[in-house]
This record gives sequence, structure tokens and C-alpha cells, in this order.
Amino acid sequence: MDYAGLIPVNVVTGFLGSGKTTLLRRLLAAPSLSDTAVLVNEFGEVGLDHHLLQNVTESALLLDNGCVCCAIRGDLQDSLRQLFSQRDRGEVPPFRRVVIETSGLADPVPIAYTVLSEPVLQHHFRLGAVVTTVDAVNGAGQLARFEESVKQVAVADRIVVTKADLADAETVAALRRAIRRLNGAAPIIDSGDGGWSPEQLIVDDIYDADGKAREVGHWLAAQGEGAGAEHGHTDGVSSFAVVFDRPLDWTAFGVWMTMLLNRHGDKVLRIKGLLNVSGIAEPVLINGVQHIVHPPVHMDGWPDGDRRSRIVFIVRGLEQARIEASLNVFNDMVNSSAEETSGLIRAG
Amino acid sequence: MCGLCGVLGGRGHWTETSTNPDAFASRTAAHTTGRERQARTVLVNRVLKHYGLGLKDWSGSSYVLRSSTGKTALVDNLTQMWAQAESLTGRDCDPLDDALLAALRR
Repeated sequence: MDYAGLIPVNVVTGFLGSGKTTLLRRLLAAPSLSDTAVLVNEFGEVGLDHHLLQNVTESALLLDNGCVCCAIRGDLQDSLRQLFSQRDRGEVPPFRRVVIETSGLADPVPIAYTVLSEPVLQHHFRLGAVVTTVDAVNGAGQLARFEESVKQVAVADRIVVTKADLADAETVAALRRAIRRLNGAAPIIDSGDGGWSPEQLIVDDIYDADGKAREVGHWLAAQGEGAGAEHGHTDGVSSFAVVFDRPLDWTAFGVWMTMLLNRHGDKVLRIKGLLNVSGIAEPVLINGVQHIVHPPVHMDGWPDGDRRSRIVFIVRGLEQARIEASLNVFNDMVNSSAEETSGLIRAG
Repeated sequence: MCGLCGVLGGRGHWTETSTNPDAFASRTAAHTTGRERQARTVLVNRVLKHYGLGLKDWSGSSYVLRSSTGKTALVDNLTQMWAQAESLTGRDCDPLDDALLAALRR
């Protein structure tokens, strides 16, 4: 399957009042995003978000239930299927992207799960970047008090700090540090920063031919920031980068990762990695959200002179040292197993 | 069949995506992916031995997981296999378990 040819589905999430809709309106005003369909999740403020969004897109659908996070995966499934059918029949403009705006209390992971594993949707859609808004004034308090807010930040591909003009510089800096501790792979962007285009926020991802290299650049820049940040965790969530000097065996990595996610997938919120795979000149990108791993992607070349494998883990209650030690043991199994395999081939 | 959703025709499992460019060349694709599948089975069996389990390739499309007491399960991919391994043995198959890692180092 040509994964890159599927319709990307972006998720815009963020806590109540954090400016999701304002951001979305700005994003959708960009000419390159004009052919975007929007799914809005109504919650609390009756339909307000929907009415605002109707101004910028004609293919908005309102999900029936209150919260996208758990019980209505079926509704999201139905909405996306319906949207695709309407597009196929020419009843809505031929959109090239879908954006889902979640409710403020939503867990974005079931949305990712629905897009990536629903048997019909997975043949038409793929998951794009998850964009999370965090209110500069109230964000730190929300992260301290609400698990939903922590989860939204932890699984994000982009984090947009909103209303920074209403907070003092130290409050914003402290919030950025708190966010970086939770997510060591996503760029943190000030909504007032003109240096980020809507395309970079939404379009760039590792499955986009033009945006792939830029996306890896974002990962590495975020990791660089994270390396200088103090450690610690919020609500048991921590983010760390594991670096391997030796090449990784792809087969061993797959065996290890599937085993880890089977047992600890609920604690592994996010994985992003640039792998140096044994016997392969170019790096391989991996990207996972909880139990789900996207198909791996080849890069055309290394983004910099560093040829080491680098994997960012965002986890709840798992120790970095144990993860490193375990993967090393699995990787070390390969040499002896290679001898067994060649023996099998000779015997056969 | 997809074990997560129980519906036929799911996308191929991510671990079965070869990272080797040879797998994308028509002349070498079958050989490369077949060899990788064989290596995967050998490697998995080294881990499964710790739990008294064994895995065999089944026609290049599925795997048969078998316990030492004769219980068997047919699985399509590694994700399904670990869930079944825990089900057949009643044990947690944890890659962070010190006892497993010590056994694999030997």
C-alpha cells in the first residue's frame, strides 16, 4: 500500500479554552489548506466551535456524542467513512486533508487508533501531525491538575503555546520547561511567532515527500532542547531520548518493540525514532502512539553527521535505563541467531 | 485476519515491512522478505523458549504458536503472537523482566 498516498488526518487538541478554534481558523485560512475537511467535536458551549468553523469550510460535520475520547470511536469511524463516501460521490469538495478538532477533555489516542487500525479507514486515511494548544496563562495549572492535559501534550507532534502575550515571560518560560519534560520530540511554538507557517504546523510529517526532511529536523531540534532541560515528570509521565552507538537489527527491534508494546503499551505514550539499521545506508524513521506503530519510513539520507540511532520515548512510569538495557540484550541476540539461520539454510 | 479488530484484510504488520531496499526490487523481493521472515522466527524462538513456547512459520503467511503442553494458536504477526503467548502460558511476557534478560544473555 502507498501509505504516503492516503488522506492525512490531523488532530487539533488542547485543554478547554486553550485556543484550538482560533488556531484552526488561522490554519484553514492558508491557501494550501483550503481543501481541508473539518470534523468538530461539540462539547459544552453548544455548537459554537462548529458555527465558527462553518465559515471556513463547507464540509464540516458535527459528531453526535459529547466526547471523542472513548465511547464514540464508532461515531468518528462513521463520520470519516461518510465524509469519504461524500467525497467519492462528489457531494463535498474533493478535500485532500481532514482536521479533527477534539473537545477540551479529549484523549487524542483513540482518534489515532481509529484512523490507523479501523479496517476501512486505514485504506483511505493516515494519521498526520497531532497539534496541541496550551494556554500560557492557565497551562501550567492544567498540566498539574488534569491528566487529560498531560496526555494531550505528551502525544503531540506540535505544541502551540497560546495567549503568551497575556502572561509574563517567566510564566511562559516555566510552562515551556514543563512541556519539554513531558514531550522531548515536539517543537514548542508561540502562537504569535510568525516564523512558523500553517503548512509547517499541519502538513509536515514523515509521510509527506516534501515535509519529511523538515519533520526530522523538528524532531532533532526538539531533542536538542530537551537535552538541556532538567529531568522530572508530571503525573508520572517522562520523556527521554535513548541513543545507540551500534547499528540496530531491524528484526530484533521489531521483536523487542512488539513485546514491549504488548506488555507496556498503555505506558508508552509516544515513540519517535531515527534508526541506523544494520546493513542499510539510509536511516529508518519509526513513529508510534501507544500500542500503534506507523509503517516505518526510509529517509533519502542522514540529516546530519550523527549516524547513531536516536529514539525518543514518552512514557508513564518506565525507566530509561531498563529500556536501554533490554533493547541492547535483544540486539545482541542477533549474531548468534544469524548463525542458527545460516545453519537452517544450509540444512534446507 | 486482524487480531485487533477481527476483520479480514488489515494492513500488513509494521514489523513485516522490510527496511532493506532489495525488498523493493522485483527480482529480489521474495527472497529478501522470506529470509527476514526466517530470521524473525529464529529470533522470536529464542525469546519464547524462556516461556516454554515455540513458533513455526505456516506457509509464509501466518505462524503457529505452540506451548510445551501442546496448546496451539494461529497468529498473523508479532503483535498477535505476544498476546497469545501470554494467554497460552498465563504469564506476562515482559522484555524488561530481569530473568528474561539474564536468560537471553546466556
